Amino acid sequence: MTKIGRRDFVNYLLGFGGISAIAAIFYPIGRYLVPPPIREAEPTTLKVGSIDEFPANSSKIVRFGRKPVILIRDSGENIHALTATCTHLDCIVQFSEDRQQIICACHNGVYDLTGKNVSGPPPKPLTEFAVKVIDKEIVISQMKA
Amino acid sequence: MSNFFDSRVARWLDDRLDLSPIKNLVEHKKVPIHHHTVWYYMGGVTLFLFLVQVFSGILLLMYYRPGENSAYESMQFITSKVHFGWLIRNIHAWGANIMVLFAFIHMFSVFFTKAFKRPRELTWATGFILLVLAMGFGFSGYLLPWNELAFFATKVGTDIAGVVPIIGEKLKIVLRGGDDVTGATLSRFFGIHVAILPALTTVLLGLHLLFVQRQGMSEPEFFEELPEAKKHYIPFFPDFVLRDALLWLVVLIIILSLAVFFPWELGLKADPLASAPMGIRPEWYFMFMFQSLKFLPPHILFFEGETLGVLFFAVAGIFWMLIPFVKLQNGSINESKFFTYFGLATLAFMLGMTILGYLV
Amino acid sequence: MKSQLQLLKHLTALTIFMLTPYYLMGQDSSQSPGESQVNTCLECHEVLEVMPEGYSADDVHQAAATSCVGCHGGDATNYDMDESMSPAAGYIGIPSRQDIPKLCGRCHSHIDYMRTFRPRIATDQVDQYNQSIHGKKLAEGDQNVAECVSCHTSHAIFPADDPRSTTYAINIPNTCRQCHGNAELMDQYGLGHDQYDKYATSVHGKALLERKDTGVATCNDCHGNHGATPPDAESISNICGSCHLNNLTYFKQSQMAEDFDIHSCQECHGNHDIQPPTDQMLNTDSDTAICLTCHSVGDAGAATAFAMYRDIETVDSLYTLAQTKLKASQTSGMNYAEIDYQLQQTKQNLIQMRTLIHTFDTEEVKAKGADGIKTAKEAIHLAEMEIQEFQTRRVGYGLSTLAIVILAIAVFLKIRQRDEMLKQQ
Repeated sequence: MTKIGRRDFVNYLLGFGGISAIAAIFYPIGRYLVPPPIREAEPTTLKVGSIDEFPANSSKIVRFGRKPVILIRDSGENIHALTATCTHLDCIVQFSEDRQQIICACHNGVYDLTGKNVSGPPPKPLTEFAVKVIDKEIVISQMKA
Repeated sequence: MSNFFDSRVARWLDDRLDLSPIKNLVEHKKVPIHHHTVWYYMGGVTLFLFLVQVFSGILLLMYYRPGENSAYESMQFITSKVHFGWLIRNIHAWGANIMVLFAFIHMFSVFFTKAFKRPRELTWATGFILLVLAMGFGFSGYLLPWNELAFFATKVGTDIAGVVPIIGEKLKIVLRGGDDVTGATLSRFFGIHVAILPALTTVLLGLHLLFVQRQGMSEPEFFEELPEAKKHYIPFFPDFVLRDALLWLVVLIIILSLAVFFPWELGLKADPLASAPMGIRPEWYFMFMFQSLKFLPPHILFFEGETLGVLFFAVAGIFWMLIPFVKLQNGSINESKFFTYFGLATLAFMLGMTILGYLV
Repeated sequence: MKSQLQLLKHLTALTIFMLTPYYLMGQDSSQSPGESQVNTCLECHEVLEVMPEGYSADDVHQAAATSCVGCHGGDATNYDMDESMSPAAGYIGIPSRQDIPKLCGRCHSHIDYMRTFRPRIATDQVDQYNQSIHGKKLAEGDQNVAECVSCHTSHAIFPADDPRSTTYAINIPNTCRQCHGNAELMDQYGLGHDQYDKYATSVHGKALLERKDTGVATCNDCHGNHGATPPDAESISNICGSCHLNNLTYFKQSQMAEDFDIHSCQECHGNHDIQPPTDQMLNTDSDTAICLTCHSVGDAGAATAFAMYRDIETVDSLYTLAQTKLKASQTSGMNYAEIDYQLQQTKQNLIQMRTLIHTFDTEEVKAKGADGIKTAKEAIHLAEMEIQEFQTRRVGYGLSTLAIVILAIAVFLKIRQRDEMLKQQ
């Protein structure tokens, strides 16, 4: 290999290495700057659907961050949102339309619609979420302590 | 590259801005070659790491949200949801530690090669202040993820500020933004970390680099005493710069590897009502102070032990910063030897206390 | 004049002490709550250090309603011991065991009086007691059976929701054990004495005594308290069903309950030593299958049991697999919130399947199992994606490191080249 040839090779290698290193550094930065499509881990508010699709005397479980939340529309106009895991042994609670109460089928724990533990083994109330209806859209948010 | 100054762009710029200082630097700056040349790289690496911190820090700012109810959550979001968020966060965390490490190495190498002596007193002093600022960056940044360990470490750290005589209690309240470590402290530390310290650092770093360029590389005594013919130099540009670049790349690979294989845990969210978890430690570069304060008896004469300790470190820091101005009148001891022994004693104390801190 | 009136009152008291509801007795002495600070009984007994065993100053009666004289009679305003503790002053001393229920009933059976303390308090305790085995035996003159103070103590009585009370949920098993754990005593009645020991090893006993879960069933939740009797075969299912709601509902609607009305919960689950049920109870391939007590391999019942067992096992093993994958992604520092959420769903499905077996309907169990399989598979899929992502990180790390290493080598070669050039100059 001639002197000139070696010199060229080193310069080419510098150019190639330089460009690939720049790519290796700027690719992650570019990806980083594009915001991820996924919801944030601990949201403070959550849209849970239209009020028209949520008839009276019905309930559904929605996901709030990593916690399940039970959304209830009682026989009247009121909408309640509470953590859905029973405070006794973490079963998912359900809405009892007849009694207008929340019950846990695992050990017959009973809560009222504000989450207060009424009877059975649950030691603590369910945590309540604030519910607002904005443009027919139900929005729940964490209550301020 | 030297033919850059013959290009049209350069001439256009030169016409307006006078590029001769830069041209001078590029063409004439040279670096002495001797068996202590390796220490010349330490400052450059620290500068590189500082730049890594600036860029990764700016990127983190894109998603980080300070606040009691959002800081930890946004960190969780960054590390688990954002593409490469984990990488940026870990580079920032590892880069911080390695930067402080190199800053210490830089400082001690300058000390032992006596490079701080006339005419470089001001370079030394600005460098020392930069190290203190770097430690401030570390202390304030540690709290920002708002996790349990950071919360309690900050509590302990700001408590220490409280023992300073007379102004201590006020200082603590100012640092914390209240009586206790709360969301207010977090806002404050955030402001310190991303605004106050960067501003101060920019100014001091500018001065520090300006001084270095004005004075050129320091030559150790033994090198100065060599006959001219035996003094070897290499041009700063491009030879020394290439060597710098090589080391920076190696350091970059090390940080990347640490970030990938030893990620920092986020831990649990800070809970002001929880009891302090076991093993609360300051970051390693505070350990020697933390440990010495622990060894002090509660009372020394009429003073509280801790107060005296904090005062001692403040005075020692100022003394260390002003050490280039120390002039020994005593003829019996060689000045250069005095500095060596003093430096060794300081280093031994710091290392010893740090090691004890991790053993006890 | 005044002393004559006093004497008259005391004589009246003596004759009607046991017959008159306490609260109708008027306000003549320290018995009224307003004047309870005058209590000569306590003053002297404290000084002479002849206090009753187990006395607590916080005793509910002492604190709120009555004091010594409420049960023992006498005059708590008079410092003369002979006078205050004379029959003339209505003093009755230590009441006999036979009299105790009646004595307590003087207040506790009268709602008009009791509701002045607690508006919703029950006043049927004595009635219930009289119908209980304890009460009937006491009426027959049995001196061994429990009456009020056996469980409530005499001088340290607290409401049942006070943790100091012998009738506080967590203390109940030990209270009953005082007699029911006594082999010598129980032998006289042909009863076992190991209920406490069995209970302590049961799922309920562990929850109550170890985890301090006061919501769990303790002795009186199945046997009643004042009206304590052994529950009979039919009522036992209703008792269990008061907490295990769906299990009972499903069971009652099932063929098992229709065709054979002798069946009750305890046939499969036992009574005092109920253990956490396992899926193996259905596994007709093993000797742990409870179903094989009546059924035999090959018949329809055993086939049903095995079908349900297989479905649960499928979901359960997927659940376990998903959990190990969750751990793997956790330890490699990856995001696991999504997986965790899916797994919570699977866990719910498993709980529901294990409840649905009480329908003895394989289709129901299978349908729920399908949900469980779906959520578990989703969790596994997510976990694998996370682990995949972790691998991708390493590949990405490898590639970017390679790029930087190439650049570093190029720089190194450049340095060597420059050095040679400088040397030549």
